Amino acid sequence: MLNKEILGIIKNSRKTGWVLEPDAKKIFRIAGLDVPEYTLAAGADDAVSFAGKTGYPVVAKVVSPEILHKSDVGGVEIGIRDDDRLKEIFNRFSKMDGFTGLFVEEQVEGTELIVGAKIDKQFGPVVLLGIGGIGVEIYNDTAVRMAPVEKKDVKSMIDELKAKKIIEGFRGSVPVNIEILSRMFIKFSELTVELENKIESIDLNPVMCTGSRCIIADARIILKHQ
Amino acid sequence: MDFLKLFEPKTIAVVGVSLTNDRHPANVIYNKNYFRYPVKVYAVNPKGGIYYKEKVYKSIKDIPEKIDLAIIAIRAEYVPAVLSECIECWVGGAAVISGGFAESGRGDLKKKLLEVVKKADFPIIGPNCLGIYSPDSVDSFFLPSERMVRPESGNVAIVSQSGGILVDQMVKFAGQGVGLSRAISIGNKAVVNELDLLTFFARDDKTDVIAFYIEGFGPGEGREFAQIANRFPKPIIVMKGGQSEAGSRAVLSHTASIAGDYTVFSSIMRQFGLVEAKNEYEMISFCESLSCYPKPINGRVGIVTASGGHGAIAVDICDRSGLEVPLLPKKTQKRIRERLSASIQPIASLGNPIDLTGSARDDDFIIATSELSKLEEIDCVLVLLLPYLPEVTTDVGARISQLYQEIRKPIVAYVPHVEKYRMIIEGFQLNNVPVARSIDGAILMVEAMKRYNPC
Repeated sequence: MLNKEILGIIKNSRKTGWVLEPDAKKIFRIAGLDVPEYTLAAGADDAVSFAGKTGYPVVAKVVSPEILHKSDVGGVEIGIRDDDRLKEIFNRFSKMDGFTGLFVEEQVEGTELIVGAKIDKQFGPVVLLGIGGIGVEIYNDTAVRMAPVEKKDVKSMIDELKAKKIIEGFRGSVPVNIEILSRMFIKFSELTVELENKIESIDLNPVMCTGSRCIIADARIILKHQ
Repeated sequence: MDFLKLFEPKTIAVVGVSLTNDRHPANVIYNKNYFRYPVKVYAVNPKGGIYYKEKVYKSIKDIPEKIDLAIIAIRAEYVPAVLSECIECWVGGAAVISGGFAESGRGDLKKKLLEVVKKADFPIIGPNCLGIYSPDSVDSFFLPSERMVRPESGNVAIVSQSGGILVDQMVKFAGQGVGLSRAISIGNKAVVNELDLLTFFARDDKTDVIAFYIEGFGPGEGREFAQIANRFPKPIIVMKGGQSEAGSRAVLSHTASIAGDYTVFSSIMRQFGLVEAKNEYEMISFCESLSCYPKPINGRVGIVTASGGHGAIAVDICDRSGLEVPLLPKKTQKRIRERLSASIQPIASLGNPIDLTGSARDDDFIIATSELSKLEEIDCVLVLLLPYLPEVTTDVGARISQLYQEIRKPIVAYVPHVEKYRMIIEGFQLNNVPVARSIDGAILMVEAMKRYNPC
C-alpha cells in the first residue's frame, strides 16, 4: 500500500512531528480509504470557489504546524452555508499561529466512530475501533486488537461495544454498513502494519459511517521520534 | 533449548554451598535435594572441603560426572566465570538464583553473562529468581522444605516473573487440590523467557495447562507470544501484574491515551483465545477447571441444586458472566420427573435450574446430572451440592464424577469446603471433577472453558 507519494508526505512532515490534515487525508485517499472532497485554500477566493463546486454546507479547519488539536483553539467550523460566512472564517483563522491555509471540505453526516492505531512496545501495531467524537475518552467505548485484523475480529470488536446497537441502527437511525466498515477497518489495519516503523499513533476521529460509506472526517498521524 | 534436563535432572551441582553458614540459600537448596529428591547432588565452593561427610568441589570442572543442572547462588560478579565453566564441561543448563544484575543497576554484569552464554546457546533460568520446582524431580527454591507448601503432582505448569507470586500460587494449588507439573520462576529472564518455555510446554507430556504471571514483555515479545499462543495445543492462562495505567502521562492522540499498556494486553490475550485471569482467585479457578477439561465450550449451563436460593444466585452470576442457562425442553423435564424419587416428584422444579428440594437423595442428583449431561443444548453441568441434607451421603461426589467418565460432558461442583465434607469434595477432585468453594468460584470454572477460545 505504501508508495513513493505516501513516503514523501511522511518524510516532509518529519520536522513537524505529525502530519497536517490535508496531507493525512491525502495518504488515506491514496491508500484507498474514503475521505470527503476537500481543498487546501490559500486565499478566501479559493475557498469560495471550492464550495461553489461541491455545494454548501462545508466544513472549514485551520491548517497550521503549530496547532495539533484544532478544536481546542476554535479552529474548526462546521455547517458553513454561504460565501460570506466562509470568507469571514478564512479571515479569522488566517490570524492563528502558523496559519498555512484553510482546509475546506464537504460536510459529511453519519454515526461518529473512532478508528485509531498505535505502535505498542510489547505488541507492535494495534488498532482501535469505537464510538467517536470529542467525548471519546470520556465514554471510552472502544475495542482494541493486534493488527492486522480479519473480518471476524471486526465483528467481535463491534460486539464488544456498548454502542453496538447504535451502529446496528437504533430507533429508526440508519444502520452503519458493517461490510463497508469492515473493509475500511481491515485496510486501515494493514496500512498500520506497513507504517510500523514510521508512526507512533493515528486518530481518525470521527469517521462518519452511514448505510453506504465510511468517510474519514478528521485524521491525525503522529510520527515516531527519529 | 532442551529444558527436560533442567526440569528432570539426574545430576545437579549447587554452586555456593557455605561451610560456615547453614542458612545460606545454596545450603538450603543442597540439603533439600540431597534428602528429598531422586538426584545426585554435588556441592561446589572454590574453597573446597567437606560438608556433612560429602566432598565439596572447588569447581564444577572437578566433578567426576556430567551435570544436568547447575544451581548457582553466589555473588553476581562471580556468576559469568562459573557459567563459562558450566559451558566448558557440557552442563545441561543453569538456574541463576543470585540477584544483583540489571535490576540493581549492574547492566554490565548482565551483558557479560549474555556474552558468555549466547554463543553456546546455554539455557539459563533467571537471574534473580527461585528457579525450578518439578514435583518428585528437583527443587531449586531456597526456601526451607518445612516452610514450603507443596501441591500434588499434576498437569498444570506455572511460569512466573515473580518468585513470591509463584510460591503463593503453590500454596493455593495445594489448598484447592490442583496438581502441578512444573513451577518455574524466571526472574529477570535474561536468557530463557516466556516464549522459550511456551515452546517447551507445547511438547511436555506432563503439562496440559500453562499458567503465566507476567509483569511485562520485552520489545515485540508480546506480539510473538500472542502468535505462538494462537496455534498452541493447550490452554494458556495469563495474569498480568501492573494493570493500572500510568494515567497522567501526556499523550498526543486519543488512541494512545485509551489503549494503554494493560488495555492492549488484555484485548490481545482475548483476541488470541488466551484466558486472562484478573486476579489470583480467577487464576486458581481457571487452572483447576482447565486442568480437568482443556476444551472450549459455548457456555450453555445446566444447573442442579437442592435449594431455590442457590439456583437463583447461580443464574444471576451466569447472566453477568455471559453464560446462558437455557430452559429445558418439556419432554426432558417430563423424563426427569418420572425418574426422580417419589417424595420429590411432585415438588421438584425442573425448568433449569433444577431444584431437587431439601428431600433430594444421591440418586436424584445422579439422575438430574445425567439427563442434563446428555442434552445437546447444554455444554456444562453445574452441581450445587448441599452436603448437609439428610438424604445426601458421602458417596455422592464420586458417583456424580462417574457421569463425566461415561458421558464426557464437563461437570463443575460447588461444595462448602469444611473438614466434615472432605470425602465428598475428594470424591469429586480425585475423580477429576473440579470443586469450588463458592458459587462464584464454580461459575468462574465454567467461564474458563468459555473464555478458552483457540483458533
